[in-house]
Amino acid sequence: MKNIPPETSPFFPRDREWHPPAFTPGYKTSVLRSPQRALISLEGTKSEITGPVFGHNILGEFDNDLIVNYAKPGEMAIGERILVYGRVLDERGVGIPGALVEFWQANAGGRYRHKKETYLAPLDPNFGGCGRTITDENGGYFFKTIKPGPYPWPNGVNDWRPAHIHFSVFGHGFAQRLITQMYFEGDPMIWICPIVKTIPDENAIKGLIAALDMQNTIPHDMRAYKFDIILRGRRSTFFENRKEGN
Amino acid sequence: MVQPLTYFKESASQTAGPYVHIGCTPNFSGITGVYETDLGSGSMVNDKTRGERITIRGFVYDGAMTPLKDALIEIWQADADGFYNSPSETRGKADPNFLGWARQPGDMATGEFVFETIKPGRVPFRDGRLMAPHVTFWIVARGINLGLNTRMYFSDEEAANAEDPILSRIEHRVRVPTLIGKREGNTVTFNIYLQGENETIFFDI
Repeated sequence: MKNIPPETSPFFPRDREWHPPAFTPGYKTSVLRSPQRALISLEGTKSEITGPVFGHNILGEFDNDLIVNYAKPGEMAIGERILVYGRVLDERGVGIPGALVEFWQANAGGRYRHKKETYLAPLDPNFGGCGRTITDENGGYFFKTIKPGPYPWPNGVNDWRPAHIHFSVFGHGFAQRLITQMYFEGDPMIWICPIVKTIPDENAIKGLIAALDMQNTIPHDMRAYKFDIILRGRRSTFFENRKEGN
Repeated sequence: MVQPLTYFKESASQTAGPYVHIGCTPNFSGITGVYETDLGSGSMVNDKTRGERITIRGFVYDGAMTPLKDALIEIWQADADGFYNSPSETRGKADPNFLGWARQPGDMATGEFVFETIKPGRVPFRDGRLMAPHVTFWIVARGINLGLNTRMYFSDEEAANAEDPILSRIEHRVRVPTLIGKREGNTVTFNIYLQGENETIFFDI
């Protein structure tokens, strides 16, 4: 690691016009799960600007390879083989090293391995659907998986989720904690999805669509999708407001 | 022309969905053999951890007063002396036997969440005044579009709560109790209400 002091300044305020609001009736479950009163602003105290650190020792050899991490020895998950890669950056464009990135997804047929899942598409006996990694010194990460399938879900009578991968990301402060979803370039299902449409800004949606990157494909093996994740930035210098005399 | 301000925008949030357990607590969801244990599961304390052992338990209720059975809750707190186990903690070194972070799913049948932890010490506010002991909560679930942040304070800290810089500036005093975990013995009960008369105070942190 570089010999630089840790950053201790507060984060930029979250732009709540950019994120989906809590109450989005087109996504029915949000109706009873959305706080109705105004949030109370709480600018970064120690409790928000600090956060846990996870070491590489938590990672297993195949944590970032969903094609094999649940498969029987010598077997592999079925589906379009893809490499997902990118960087975790903050709003200043600074790479975030040591960030824990967790991901989960449906199988190639759009079926999740979960007790409460009821879609009729079959499970793949060699696909679990979870993985994780920790970013390198430049904020870079990658994992191997199969492209998840779209699937119908109980919201409207004919609502479908576009193919997507869920991401959970830790930055350096607990206030940076973020869960989001990655979509795939060119998928017409993106623009008719009620969950995607909770995001009010078209550019914010585009920021969740991974680009097909033929430069980084592994020839005769897998295609690549590039997905950068942006976490909140923090002030570069921290000038404390103090009353005179303090 | 002035120099351009070139900032990126934070990636927009999307709901954690109904299957957040697959990614964050796979063993709990029935996916075994990928990770040895679920990150953040189990007790937060070991024999050497300093501090008073407590158990935090509660439910997350929706607007129809039905407990969520698919929520995921993470907490972040200081050690017994008020230090965070984080590189951004510059005031001193935290207890090496206490990470201060944990993650628990609500029970699939009842929705109850349980954390085995210690009572945190006091941490200074930005102007140096001490905040009352508190635990930071982050709640995600299907139907929650952006993770919700709140804090749990302790009912047995009346004096500290009264001078807490955050609690004391809340205009609607009737809402303050939504942030206070009720302590009985070593159990602290903290229910979170997403809507309704007792809607929990959530923070824009």
